[in-house]
Amino acid sequence: MTPMDPAPLRRDLVRAASLAALAPALPVAAQPAAAPAAAPTLRVNGAVHDLAGLDPRTTLLDWLRERLDLTGAKKGCNEGACGACTVLLDGRRVNACLVLAATLDGRSVTTVEGLARADGTLHPVQQAFIDHDAFQCGYCTPGQVVSAVACITEGHAGSEAEIREWMSGNLCRCAAYPQITAAVQDAAARMARGEA
Amino acid sequence: MNEGLGSPMPRRDGRIKVTGAARFAADVKLPGLLHAALVTAPIARGRLVALDPAPALAVPGVARVLTAADMPRFAAVTTPPMATAVQPMQDDVIRFEGQPVAIVLAATPEAAEAGAARVAARYAADAPLLFSGERAEVPSRESFYVFEEPDLARGDVPAGLAAAAHRVAARYHQPPRHHNPMENSATLAVWEDGRLTLHTAAQWTYGVRYGLAGALGLAPERIRVLAAHTGGGFGAKGYTWPHQLLAAVAAQVTGRPVRLAYTRAQMYTMTGYQPEVAQEVTLGADAAGRLTAVRHASVSNTSLTDDYIEFAHAGSAGMYATPALQLSARMARTSLNIPMAMRAPHEGPGMFALESAMDEMAHALGMDPLDLRLANHADADPSDGRPWSSKKLREAYGEGAALFGWRERPRQAARDGHWILGTGMASCIMTVFRFPASARITLRADGQVVLEAGTQDIGTGTLTIFPQIAAGELGIPIERVTLRHGDTDLPETGGTFGSSSTACVGAAVQDAARKLRARLDGIAALQPASLGAPAEAPEALLRRAGLADLSAEGRYEFGRPFDAAGHAGSHAMRTFGAVFVEVAVDPELGLMRLRRAVGSYSVGRIVNPRTARSQMIGGITWGWGMAAMEASVVDPALGRFLSKNLSGVAIPVNADIPADIRIHFVDEVDPHAGPLGAKGIGEIGAVGVAAAVANAVFHATGRRIRDLPILPEGLLGAGAG
Repeated sequence: MTPMDPAPLRRDLVRAASLAALAPALPVAAQPAAAPAAAPTLRVNGAVHDLAGLDPRTTLLDWLRERLDLTGAKKGCNEGACGACTVLLDGRRVNACLVLAATLDGRSVTTVEGLARADGTLHPVQQAFIDHDAFQCGYCTPGQVVSAVACITEGHAGSEAEIREWMSGNLCRCAAYPQITAAVQDAAARMARGEA
Repeated sequence: MNEGLGSPMPRRDGRIKVTGAARFAADVKLPGLLHAALVTAPIARGRLVALDPAPALAVPGVARVLTAADMPRFAAVTTPPMATAVQPMQDDVIRFEGQPVAIVLAATPEAAEAGAARVAARYAADAPLLFSGERAEVPSRESFYVFEEPDLARGDVPAGLAAAAHRVAARYHQPPRHHNPMENSATLAVWEDGRLTLHTAAQWTYGVRYGLAGALGLAPERIRVLAAHTGGGFGAKGYTWPHQLLAAVAAQVTGRPVRLAYTRAQMYTMTGYQPEVAQEVTLGADAAGRLTAVRHASVSNTSLTDDYIEFAHAGSAGMYATPALQLSARMARTSLNIPMAMRAPHEGPGMFALESAMDEMAHALGMDPLDLRLANHADADPSDGRPWSSKKLREAYGEGAALFGWRERPRQAARDGHWILGTGMASCIMTVFRFPASARITLRADGQVVLEAGTQDIGTGTLTIFPQIAAGELGIPIERVTLRHGDTDLPETGGTFGSSSTACVGAAVQDAARKLRARLDGIAALQPASLGAPAEAPEALLRRAGLADLSAEGRYEFGRPFDAAGHAGSHAMRTFGAVFVEVAVDPELGLMRLRRAVGSYSVGRIVNPRTARSQMIGGITWGWGMAAMEASVVDPALGRFLSKNLSGVAIPVNADIPADIRIHFVDEVDPHAGPLGAKGIGEIGAVGVAAAVANAVFHATGRRIRDLPILPEGLLGAGAG
């Protein structure tokens, strides 16, 4: 297992705090962070959602896509082999198709939709993907971007070879691999300089 | 001047694709949506004896189970636009494993999948039909898949071979390989007032309209096909497949919107694959290395009912000068689903064989492989003697070799620890495919320009390239151009396949922009000129003339619905290139790694060098996959694909592809292929790579591998002695 970098947690806390101020504007399903403890809840991109009454077969991926209309995470294989559904679960990357939503009471998920700042400023990884032309059709891209954020915060972006290994859980059939590697290297440098 | 052409502009779809905002077919929702799950046959050949939907209907949430009895009789439609002539769920005959036999419709995807697992079906299985070159047959010309002559002969091959100082004759083989785009094909269908709308994963919006209109007996105008973003295609989404037809029928029967999304396994049996190809190449050459004869014969597998064929000799038809050429393509039926064009079809499999054989010939001659290619450079099309529309292959060889350091490479294999390093090269060639296209451009009085074309985005860069062309023609910043695309309500274009979109749709965009300019000039001529005033902005002119907007329609056409290799005109049209690779082999473990590659191409004008580079890197990666890992193994007992997933079938991952891939384009404008001077680049990057790799393995180890992919068992112990 890899040590957690505190940076994303800090960022999540800041985001959650700012979202609390926006609570009246949240969708009906979303409740402020201080919801009653009895109802199972899952925090997604800072907003808390009710898990009660959920079909126990529902994967995190289907729940995000069908229930919350967060369709950035994609279904490429539905069995954990392609990485197109990668999201951060408590800061760690997971294949959302392999996680049952009903098991996630009290947990926190960040999807690709939750990476950019509220003012629209892109996350350094997102910007680097554009700068390095690190995608074509864009279907695997949300998973690549989320995976890259984790790859950097895990400390696995130390070299080109290391990035290539630790980004190999995310398939890209358009094959933008060298550009993805370059984008992760660039974003890692930007984040190390505190631009995140 | 075309100031928009040639600029390495960043992709305009960047923000929506890195934030997850870009919507693909399966991302679209409508109120009352039903989710469809297919029940598919587990046998390759035989009959569906009984099917009981009751257990599925008992699953909470399941609304309906559709069987063949619920289907309308589909009318016959040509292939293409339909992918296959035999439409699903019309009878009880099973023609391939994975064939759909029932559709379960439910309120949630979970209920639909649970229901599909509970449909009780009984089958009577016949023995599957496996691939055998001995059952080769000539394809019927009734299918548009047979777009070339299966046989081509020029000169006297036996005499050429008899006169040759050196001869090479060898057999090459490759297994079936699947497209595996990251997006599984999906369709959301909805009917409203007798009109059908589909949100679908497609490389050809208009093709889906024509396919469904024909099958359902509807006027094409009553079908609207929307495909804003398609998650990779590579040929798997070129034509009309069961997901589109069955979603349309299910939505009609239920009166509700229906989403039918293939599973990854269903991608293996309902979108095609590159067929198994067996080839035999015979070359004769004189003592100086000049070819005296080329013979290239191939057999590829097809289905029981459709005549899809891989013209593996397409590259041999256009590559080298030779006095004698004998080419043939045959197909052999199997009880697998229909194969399909896949990046890169025809030349892709064929150039593995030809360029491996050329390397064998170079070795026999004791000649540098590059010098052998140069000695046989074709100054005119060897298949018919026509002049080239443009060709700078000599420059591509030379500039590529210089970038790679080919002339300075070690003549003997080098060592790096456990690794033996080898270098190899191959020529690349691809037929130019062209389709007519149209586009509309509108200038508004506020200065904004709206560009419209039915064409779809599969990631090739066209969302940036078309606005670039329009902005360049109009002399305005690209920020003022909005592209509307992916919709059959917009002007008609061909498919995004055959490396054709930039050159053909781009030509229609250019024509529309030029016509708009001409109309603006006409309006300017009618307006009183302001003496000494600087050139007026077009929108200012529009306002002064009292117009809210001004439109022009542009077209690209050449008197036919389709052209391959320039047969519609006087010049032969192909793209060319050379690929150089350095490969490392560890014979103790049987491992093989790509160290570096150079691709150098003569492909006409490059409109956006940035997106073009990415496409070529993608193509080379596809070539590496073909060389080193890709194989969809057919179970010999069951006659079905053994692994229909991404865990049992290897495709390249990031760790497989080194950063050191250099892409070079020779400075070239093709004056005949179209007004942009561009040809196409989507496929040629994948051509020649597998041969270059096999040639590098031979250089490293002395072992010649003629069966793809090159796996550890083929490399163990190589070059150790």
